[in-house]
Amino acid sequence: MVYEERNAWSGLLVGAVVITAYVIIVLQRASERPVTEVDWLPPMLWTIGIGIVATIAISIVWGIVAGANDPDGVGRSDVRDRDISRMGSRVEQSFVVIAGLGVIALCAVGADVFWIANTMFAGFAVSAMVGSIARVVAYRRGLV
Amino acid sequence: MVKPTLVSNRIRAHREGAGLTQAELAGRIGVTRQTLIAIEQEKYSPSLELAFQIARAFGVGIDDLFHYPEPSTKDA
Repeated sequence: MVYEERNAWSGLLVGAVVITAYVIIVLQRASERPVTEVDWLPPMLWTIGIGIVATIAISIVWGIVAGANDPDGVGRSDVRDRDISRMGSRVEQSFVVIAGLGVIALCAVGADVFWIANTMFAGFAVSAMVGSIARVVAYRRGLV
Repeated sequence: MVKPTLVSNRIRAHREGAGLTQAELAGRIGVTRQTLIAIEQEKYSPSLELAFQIARAFGVGIDDLFHYPEPSTKDA
């Protein structure tokens, strides 16, 4: 498995865990009060921070383990990695745009800031997950 | 579902004929071994530039390595 594919898997696995954790935390808090009164900012920031740090940490540890088996190719990337990365970015972009349009619509109707922030967050989360899935599928099944 | 490519190649046959390992050929053309495997298995279509590099590594023309089917009569 090449360096960029390991990164895609790391992002996918960490993203699935931290996003699920965020949803559970918010839903738990929403069971005690109206959802718009939930203090969503701290768990959202923790989710983003832990997601970034964990992805980097796993990628480094995985790279060290992989480097023990293949010292020459551990950090290399090439034209196929760049092609797959571009394809993943295009997939991600569409979901961010959809979320952005959703945010504009919510602002237009004067929605609560909870819904505005979480719509944007959901857009980032879905785009990251779908982009990672697209990259992993391209590495496993092929990109032609 | 990834759409399969119509381009087929004979890179593996040429590589084995030249007595090269996947790692050796990958090193010569500047890609990872995994990318060469993907190309040989027709899971990744190389760029024109990379196709020329592969052909040059064997001292053959691109047509000797890559094949694209002729259009059928009903397509023509």
